[in-house]
Amino acid sequence: MNHTANAVRAGLARGWIELKQTATNGQDIFGNLLTPVILLIVMLSMRGDTLAGFPLSQAVFALPGVIGMNIMISGLMDIAGRLAVEREDGTLLRAKALPSGMVGYMVGKVVTVSGSALVVAAAIIVPGAFLFDGLRLDAGAWLGLLGILVLGLLATMPLGAIAGSFLTNPRAVGALMLPIAGLAAISGIFAPITLFPEWLQWIGQVFPMYWLGLGVRSALLPDAAVAIEIGESWRQLETVAVLGVWAVIGLVVAPVVLRRMARRESGAAVAQRRHKAMQRIT
Amino acid sequence: MTGVTAPVTTAREGEPPGEGLVLDVRGLRMRYGSTDVLNGVDFVARPGEVVALLGPNGAGKTTTIEILEGFRMRSAGDVSVLGVDPAHGDENWRARVGVVLQSWRDHGKWRVRELLAHLGMYYGPYSTDKITRPWDADELIDAVGLTEHAQKKIKQLSGGQRRRLDVAIGIVGRPELLFLDEPTAGFDPEARREFHELVHRLSDEASTTIMLTTHDLDEAEKLADRILILAGGKIIADGSADELSRRMSTEAEIKWTRDGQRFVHSTTESTRYVHELFKQHGDAIGDLEVHRASLEDTYMALVREAESGQGDAVLREFAEITEVGTEAGA
Repeated sequence: MNHTANAVRAGLARGWIELKQTATNGQDIFGNLLTPVILLIVMLSMRGDTLAGFPLSQAVFALPGVIGMNIMISGLMDIAGRLAVEREDGTLLRAKALPSGMVGYMVGKVVTVSGSALVVAAAIIVPGAFLFDGLRLDAGAWLGLLGILVLGLLATMPLGAIAGSFLTNPRAVGALMLPIAGLAAISGIFAPITLFPEWLQWIGQVFPMYWLGLGVRSALLPDAAVAIEIGESWRQLETVAVLGVWAVIGLVVAPVVLRRMARRESGAAVAQRRHKAMQRIT
Repeated sequence: MTGVTAPVTTAREGEPPGEGLVLDVRGLRMRYGSTDVLNGVDFVARPGEVVALLGPNGAGKTTTIEILEGFRMRSAGDVSVLGVDPAHGDENWRARVGVVLQSWRDHGKWRVRELLAHLGMYYGPYSTDKITRPWDADELIDAVGLTEHAQKKIKQLSGGQRRRLDVAIGIVGRPELLFLDEPTAGFDPEARREFHELVHRLSDEASTTIMLTTHDLDEAEKLADRILILAGGKIIADGSADELSRRMSTEAEIKWTRDGQRFVHSTTESTRYVHELFKQHGDAIGDLEVHRASLEDTYMALVREAESGQGDAVLREFAEITEVGTEAGA
């Protein structure tokens, strides 16, 4: 289908332009780098702490977990936030007025969000490599990290798109942070999940975040670090399976929800949301 | 109610449905909850025509346009836009339609030229033998008078400049049919004149069919080949500005001076009155002016009648006007 291919090309161009805009805009740079900086400070405070059965400092345990957590935050919050904002300001309606415009729009969003996720991961790992000893940083590590990044975004971006379709108010996106913070607490990000009671471990293992943390640890930590994990294994097959299931669920449901949302977009709907937003300000 | 719409339909019975028509709307209804916003709207537009849709706030102008754009589902009625039902328009159809909505705030971080070139990309595969799509970004920027702002970020544009960009985006795919919802809101007189020239150019050179809504009656008169007035959920008048004011039985105002004194008189029989005036006073009459009801007067009279409950008799009267008007136009 030549026309769809053309729209995909346009979408790739769109994502690239938006990424460049993010990279040249002070507010966006600040917004993207604030989280990594805060997390690095938290990890610095853990530099002297040790974990039972773990050969390195707690900071080195937390660093890969934090990267995994941020993949989920990017995939979920970034997409949801952009969808909600761009529905309100009319970007989505503009896409709807173009031939195959929605295809281009979604491809563009995937590129932009993946790019930002990559930048955030780099902003943690590069300073982390200098600040903390013990990370495994060979070619295999980078390949593993890239793999888990792609899989993680596949598992979380459709969920973010679904959330963004239901949120009618861009300012409500912040509320998503609450369950995500809760999830981070039970997913063994800063401390091993094996410290929690078993029932809590089961809940944590349902969601993508635990597996993202585990996946990045398997890529960036030396083999000896596996002793602290459940079953003393990196469980790479299970990681791919659980994230794969989330991806399939999301990819099946998201197009339906997105189409329903796009169908409802009209100039009047945009104007009404804008009117509401103005009322909130005054 | 049927007595009102019937004459309009009858007037069109001669022509085959949808044949050669860019817009063909019959019995369009839109209901929100228990209120009918559109209550049987009928009208057509032929290739290259500029049609202005007028009506009071809340009359359903935007709703009508959004149904035609395929952005909104209708409750009932037959609608054909470029020969296609807009509720089921495919991407091919989408590429032939240009849309300028009432307000946009999108793409604030993009630069003017960058955005136009990007949005143009989508139209590339839809070129035909006659129409090369998209419009070249630099030519288009020149056509809407934004050349000196081409590298500006969109959020830095003034309201009028932003609106010109909206129009440029609406025509970047060289549409065969263009919808403009209040295109000149926020324009200064110069920008307004330039916009009018652009509309004339689109309609004359590219024979783009244009449907626009406006609150500016002067603008409607200048731009439109045909004016539709939407009130009470129906099209209550359909004809050129001239036809509308001529057939409206409002009075004409006659002004003159005699012996240094000014006189004003309103009458429905202006020609006869002037004749009598000269018969009586001959050369003593000076500075004679006869003003027929302006489009504004006509519009106000029509809308007021339609909005007051006793609209039906008036509507029948205008159905007759419409009938004559359509015959004259055919």
